[in-house]
Amino acid sequence: MNERIGIFFIIVGLVFDFLGCLGLIRLPDVYNRLQASTKCVTLGTCSILFGLFLFKGFTAAGIKALLCILFIILTAPVSAHALARGAHKFGVKLWDKSVCDKYAEDKEKGNSK
Amino acid sequence: MRRLRYFMGLAAIIIVFAVVILHPFPSLLEWQSPLLKHSFSMLFFCALFCLWRIAKGPTSADRAVAIDILGILVLGFCAILGIPTGRDWYIDIGIAWALQSFISTLALAKYLEGRNFDE
Repeated sequence: MNERIGIFFIIVGLVFDFLGCLGLIRLPDVYNRLQASTKCVTLGTCSILFGLFLFKGFTAAGIKALLCILFIILTAPVSAHALARGAHKFGVKLWDKSVCDKYAEDKEKGNSK
Repeated sequence: MRRLRYFMGLAAIIIVFAVVILHPFPSLLEWQSPLLKHSFSMLFFCALFCLWRIAKGPTSADRAVAIDILGILVLGFCAILGIPTGRDWYIDIGIAWALQSFISTLALAKYLEGRNFDE
């Protein structure tokens, strides 16, 4: 029974991975690509690791998979934020139809370092 | 000339992937369930999408994003490889790869920002 639930979680994770990489190809802008791909791929890989945990149970590999989920949840938003900030400071233009750019407004006011 | 170099690099990467998958572990081809085989090929296509974005990306920020996503995908590869082969040390490779990927992404972001590395 555990293995069937694990295979279900792995399929969900694979679908999220595929959608994230499709967003990485199809979306028009660096920031849009970062948003779609980071969220989808993080959730997808976390689901795959949870499926591995359901397969292995409370052995060494299963607990390592849980630790890996914790590590990804902690570090993926940090790296995505750093990449977005670096791209904005690098001077990558936004898409033409983007609505607002709060970071540039803050820079004009002189509030950000 | 530049495009030719890109395609040569892509061909080299695909050949290395194929050799690593097919040659030294023939037991990997005897899967217990066909579902895991299909999931492996699906992740392989996701990695090819990321490589396409790395080759084509208009700015260097795109390439940094694609490298970050590729690092997370390799973790999924390691997790799925651990199930049908029964070797538990694949998840160790995954943990080490996640650490290296996080540190390298932070370094790339600092490089894009234009600062020194010791700040």
